[in-house]
Amino acid sequence: MADNESPASADAAHGAEILVLVAHPELEQSRANRRLIDAARALQQGGSGRVAVRDLYALYPDYLIDVDAEQAALAAARLVVWQHPVRWYGMPPLLKLWCDDVLAFGWAYGPGGDALRGKDVWLVASTGGADDSYRPDGYNRYFFDAFLPPYEQTAALCGMRFLPPLVLHGAHRASDAELAAHATTFARKLAEYPNWPEMEFIEDCVECRVPETARPIDRSMEPA
Amino acid sequence: MEHSAWLSASLVYLAAAVLAVPLARYAGLGSIIGYLAAGILIGPWGLKLVTRPEDMLQIAEFGVVLMLFLVGLELEPQRLWALRKPIFGWGSLQLVGSALLLALAALAFGVDWRLAIVAAIGLAMSSTAIGLGVLAERNILATTSGESILSVSLLQDIAAIPILALIPFLAATAGAAGSAGGGWLGAAKVVGTIAAIILGGRLLLRPALRWIASSDTPEIFTAASLLLVVATSALMEAVGLSMALGAFLAGVLLAESEYRRELETDIEPFKGLLLGLFFIAVGMTIDFAVVLAQPLLVAATVIGFLLLKAAVLWAMARTMPIPSLERPVFIVLLAQGGEFGFVVFQSAATTGAITAPNASFLIASVAISMLLTPLVLVVADRWWTPRLGGGARRDVEELKEPQKEPVIIAGFGRYGQIVGRMLYANGIQPTVLDHSAEQIEAMRRFGWRVYYGDATRLDLMRTAGADQARVIVVAIDDIDQSVDCVKMIRANFPRAAIVARARNVSHYYELYELGVRLIERETLDSALMSARSTLEQLGWQPHHARKLALRFRRHNVAQLAAIAPHRKDEARLIAAARQGRQQLEELFALERQQAAERKARAGWSGATDPP
Repeated sequence: MADNESPASADAAHGAEILVLVAHPELEQSRANRRLIDAARALQQGGSGRVAVRDLYALYPDYLIDVDAEQAALAAARLVVWQHPVRWYGMPPLLKLWCDDVLAFGWAYGPGGDALRGKDVWLVASTGGADDSYRPDGYNRYFFDAFLPPYEQTAALCGMRFLPPLVLHGAHRASDAELAAHATTFARKLAEYPNWPEMEFIEDCVECRVPETARPIDRSMEPA
Repeated sequence: MEHSAWLSASLVYLAAAVLAVPLARYAGLGSIIGYLAAGILIGPWGLKLVTRPEDMLQIAEFGVVLMLFLVGLELEPQRLWALRKPIFGWGSLQLVGSALLLALAALAFGVDWRLAIVAAIGLAMSSTAIGLGVLAERNILATTSGESILSVSLLQDIAAIPILALIPFLAATAGAAGSAGGGWLGAAKVVGTIAAIILGGRLLLRPALRWIASSDTPEIFTAASLLLVVATSALMEAVGLSMALGAFLAGVLLAESEYRRELETDIEPFKGLLLGLFFIAVGMTIDFAVVLAQPLLVAATVIGFLLLKAAVLWAMARTMPIPSLERPVFIVLLAQGGEFGFVVFQSAATTGAITAPNASFLIASVAISMLLTPLVLVVADRWWTPRLGGGARRDVEELKEPQKEPVIIAGFGRYGQIVGRMLYANGIQPTVLDHSAEQIEAMRRFGWRVYYGDATRLDLMRTAGADQARVIVVAIDDIDQSVDCVKMIRANFPRAAIVARARNVSHYYELYELGVRLIERETLDSALMSARSTLEQLGWQPHHARKLALRFRRHNVAQLAAIAPHRKDEARLIAAARQGRQQLEELFALERQQAAERKARAGWSGATDPP
């Protein structure tokens, strides 16, 4: 089973400044995301350990996330990239599970939970629907931005800055040239981080205090 | 000075064996030839270090007895019962067919009819020692040809009884005095003895062994094992039955007992040495005076009877369900004369059915044929079997045409089948190798393309396409063979990924040390599924039980890898295992405690989702 391998992969991610978390349930059918992974991997191999790629569906095919390894990989990162195709207006289930398990109370948020404070999160997403479907008169009825608040607030609760997403709409029908351009932009931004021109316009993260009593019940309880 | 005689005899035998056997093995001839050559060397016609080989032969025959006991231990009564048809059908066909042909041939050459009958019967017997010895050396006792050889040998053991009883009658017609041992009384004794062995074996043996084992004195258990075989043999001997047959029966009766492995390891070294001694004695008994007096006649007799017997065996092999690749072994291992021949000729000579010179002529012929067998086998392996591989015979299709599928599955039992079915369902047609002809027959009925072949053999793996294969699944039952197979793959096909089945933890470690990393213990996952079901029945949520099982698994696998370097050091192994178990328990306990604390604090009991 591939989850035997996770300790080794955690080592690879150790100490990287940019942590690219890829979550694609059918990577073999992907056009856009695969190119992005290739681009990030090229940086990983060439760039003196500044970039690390973690392909979550390859690491955890059984949906058993190694929380310690994930938190260790996050600790050193300055930029966390969530790279995934949009599924039902949100993230694929394994990335959602990653949030549930890894962004733990008392570690990522709540009292004493400041392990991620001051880091950046960058959403790199692709959609099946074309640009004009994400309009009030399109079949998706909302601008794409309308689906982003859960991401933004997740980042904010952990004290992380939410950088402007890089989104490729209509990924199924994108031409090779468009896909190549998209990958080039992605690679360039990774390489240039944190010196992006838009950085000076981005506000600092809003402070969100969670009271200690707000702690939820852990899901790993025994039956009452 | 009996004492020093015993010492010097041991010195001669042991030194001859220690020198000759390794030499023969380095020459690629097998240990049996080494022993035979050592016998010739030290015998009356060699260095004359031993002058009375007959004495030694008597002691050494006990090696054959021990061997049959061990063969019996491998055969549970049900399996023996399943073999009844091959034993009585094919076994009788071999014996009667060969004897008839040999007798007719002898008569055609104008031999006296009594000599013709005795010679035919004696030469029709094969050497159990050589046959089963080679089978054990090559680890093919469990194959179809192995079982066929065993069946024929067993029938010869059984047939030896009436044959030895009948020989005096031949002598009687020749005018010598002969008593036909007992009639009804004799038969009653025979049936009674066998019944006593079976009943005693079923009812008394196991409690007795348990009692002896509980005394915790290993050498007494060894003594008891030997005593058991000696006693059974003596009992059989007393009523005129074959000692080897008695030992075999005792072995079968103990095949299901919990002491089987212990008995095996205790008896094994005695068997090996005595069997070696037996072959040495055979080498010594070759009377070169007879051979040198009529060299052409001896050569013609040996070649003639070997060819006749081989013809019978060849005809049998074609109709029996023996894969064509195994046929040469089957034919070669049963064509030679055997130790029963010695007994038949000797008793015929003493009762006067044949003359003493004729007896030593026949004994020399048998001994030479035994000497030839391992040599012929080497020749057959080099030139005969490979050519069969290219032939178009296909009852059980052996692997012959080079394959180039990306996946090879070695071993297609319960485990390999599941792997294969899942691959097949996804459009991958793996090349499947299995070592058991029955298994292959069964699989073929279900439409699988399974090839016959021993996956530990380099040439077969090459034909199976191991050079191009991306993955080789080693799903072999037998731990030793699985390890051999992996070693061979690692050494010769380093590009192929190995996916291995481990029977247990120590097998896991053996594979791990060979560099295999994709290892699954065969019971781990199903046991974890049962643990999940148990937790669910106790009220755990199914999803929660699943998560606990998966985490247990991950911890367990990591633990196994962590302990790997210390696996030879038992104390550290136990300490590490205990520590690992504690860690897991502490981890789960900590989580339970945290959960309870959270629940207690601020009376939270409502929503279960994070923010």
